[in-house]
Amino acid sequence: MTENSMIQTFGEYTDKVSSSPEYLTLNFSPGSAPRQRRWKNYGLSADFLGDYFASFFPGDDVSDDQEISQRDTVKGTVSYIANELLENAVKYSDEAASLPISISLHLYSQEIVFHATNYANRSMVDRYQAFIQELITSDIDELYTQQLEKTAMGTGNSHMGLLTMINDYSARFGWKFQTLEKSQVPEKSQDIIQVNVLVHLDV
Amino acid sequence: MSIKTEDHNVWHDPNTSTVFFRGFLRLDGMEEYQPVMELLLSAIGQSPILTLNLRELEFLNSSGISMLSMFVVKVREKGSVQMVLQGSNKVLWQTKSLKNLQRLMPSLKLEFT
Repeated sequence: MTENSMIQTFGEYTDKVSSSPEYLTLNFSPGSAPRQRRWKNYGLSADFLGDYFASFFPGDDVSDDQEISQRDTVKGTVSYIANELLENAVKYSDEAASLPISISLHLYSQEIVFHATNYANRSMVDRYQAFIQELITSDIDELYTQQLEKTAMGTGNSHMGLLTMINDYSARFGWKFQTLEKSQVPEKSQDIIQVNVLVHLDV
Repeated sequence: MSIKTEDHNVWHDPNTSTVFFRGFLRLDGMEEYQPVMELLLSAIGQSPILTLNLRELEFLNSSGISMLSMFVVKVREKGSVQMVLQGSNKVLWQTKSLKNLQRLMPSLKLEFT
């Protein structure tokens, strides 16, 4: 397999996320803590990221027709998106690979960029990529209604996390899937793929 | 009937036919939302009119939104129930996502204050 065939990208993906004056990275080692406790930590971390990045925005610009300040909008948006990215990273993590999940946030003058990384196996990636293909070839409004109805009827994986981030918060996505060399993976027969998710959010 | 944890509170007040939500709800997938769903189904079994007061629910993850959409469809299937969702203009997720539940049930009433 050539180097190129081990990498697939979709959507608005670039490897050149230039470093910004303000950024934060959180790493979560797979560890042995029970999932329930780790889950709680992801939520707390998402709230922390929301509070931290909100502090760069004015909190007193509420006009008559607007109930939420820019600071609270950034706080709510960042904590929602960070939480959903972490939840997805957990859902698509091959725990046997025992590799960490990470999330970075970069603040630029016009946008916030999220970068989440996790490690998945081939069957997880196949399912994820099938939905990404649907996302990038569909009308998002129609797909949202269709998936909402599907999840409401209890039939199959809804992907409402991705859909709410894109439809409700105007987040723009890019993905990179990179198969790890055998030497990088603990003794295991299955391929392990690094999943990189970039989210662009205008501010 | 009520659910109380250190992160969230959900309770049904039969006198006002209202289910109140408070705090942060980000449970791990639909299965963990089952107790909330059961509380909602029990509330809808008791009255043809139901209000969900979400104003003090500061955070709901996408699994929670899925759970609400599932409940809206159950109400829709019953046919005879009137439902009102009360939201807050000051809670971002409510201003972003609640209106989309009307796609499932156009007669669903939204009250924002």
